Amino acid sequence: MRTSPLLTGLAWLLLCQSMGEALTRLAHVGLPGPVIGMLILVCLLRWKFVREPVGAVADALLAHLSLLFVPVGVGVMTHMALLSQYGLRLLVALVLSTWIGLIVTALVLRATLRRTGASPNAEVLQ
Amino acid sequence: MTDFVQLWVYLSTTPLFGLTATLLTYLLAQAVYQFLGQAPWANPVLWTVLLLASMLSLSGTPYPSYFSGAQFIHFLLGPAVVALAWPLWQRRDELRRRAGPLLCAALAGGAAASASAVAIGWALGLPDELLRSLAPKSVTAPVAMGIAEQLGGIPALAAVFAVLTGLVGAISAKYLFDALGVVPAQIRGFALGTASHGIGAARAMHVNSDAGAYAGLALGLQVVLASVLIPLIARIL
Repeated sequence: MRTSPLLTGLAWLLLCQSMGEALTRLAHVGLPGPVIGMLILVCLLRWKFVREPVGAVADALLAHLSLLFVPVGVGVMTHMALLSQYGLRLLVALVLSTWIGLIVTALVLRATLRRTGASPNAEVLQ
Repeated sequence: MTDFVQLWVYLSTTPLFGLTATLLTYLLAQAVYQFLGQAPWANPVLWTVLLLASMLSLSGTPYPSYFSGAQFIHFLLGPAVVALAWPLWQRRDELRRRAGPLLCAALAGGAAASASAVAIGWALGLPDELLRSLAPKSVTAPVAMGIAEQLGGIPALAAVFAVLTGLVGAISAKYLFDALGVVPAQIRGFALGTASHGIGAARAMHVNSDAGAYAGLALGLQVVLASVLIPLIARIL
């Protein structure tokens, strides 16, 4: 029986995350464990035996990325007291800052791409 | 009737309940989202969260007993962050070729979102603890929790703010970009990944594969930049 690429890929993800968690705790790198795990994995992806299973599992996992935020999102209900006290002000801060972030990123990227002459092909996104 | 009540009491305390409820509700919300032609306001995360939260409140089920099942889904956020290595690696040539513009945009956008959230919150008189939880809001939830902890904020709140930020971006970005005349899919995707992390990136992936790839790239960059820079800047301030 062939080993499943999904399981092998998941094992690589968990192994990298564990190494990341170990490194932040032992070496006090100051980066969250999964972030270090991601950086480790980027270096490992040059090898085909890592790349193939990781590609399969990463595509599957990232395709359902939004599902993974549901449990944390439902946690809003445990902060109702705080949210009813500051809810409107928090909402204003969250909405405006997100719009500012979107606008600044898009405009800076458009301007810098234009200057370097590496303008992306202007295909319309509906 | 009492049998039914007993059955419910039993089921609602096993991990099976939280896991099943999350998956079924999400599948339902996903189907409605597809049926409505992926309208931004029909965002599946938004409606799944609203439905589940009202179901739990109405049935008097405490969040911890829901989470005992939902934690299995929640746990995958960590491996998903590691998995971001894949879109980064796939787009490494593009990243190298456009390193300057992409890094500039990621830095400027991430800094603008974080600084404006804290500044607006401060101007509106929000307490210090909340401001510290607002700072990492543009980063994907598990990383935002880690950063908030370092800053002395409340990790659980930081995660909620991150999810809300993701939803705001996923729902409103289309109208904002249309109004600004930002057309290229790559730029739209990159901005979504920078300012509203995984939920924005998921939206970008649904709409266009180019936008999705750039969103994944932006998401990975933002995770690294924010977890290095936000604690550093907070220490200096």
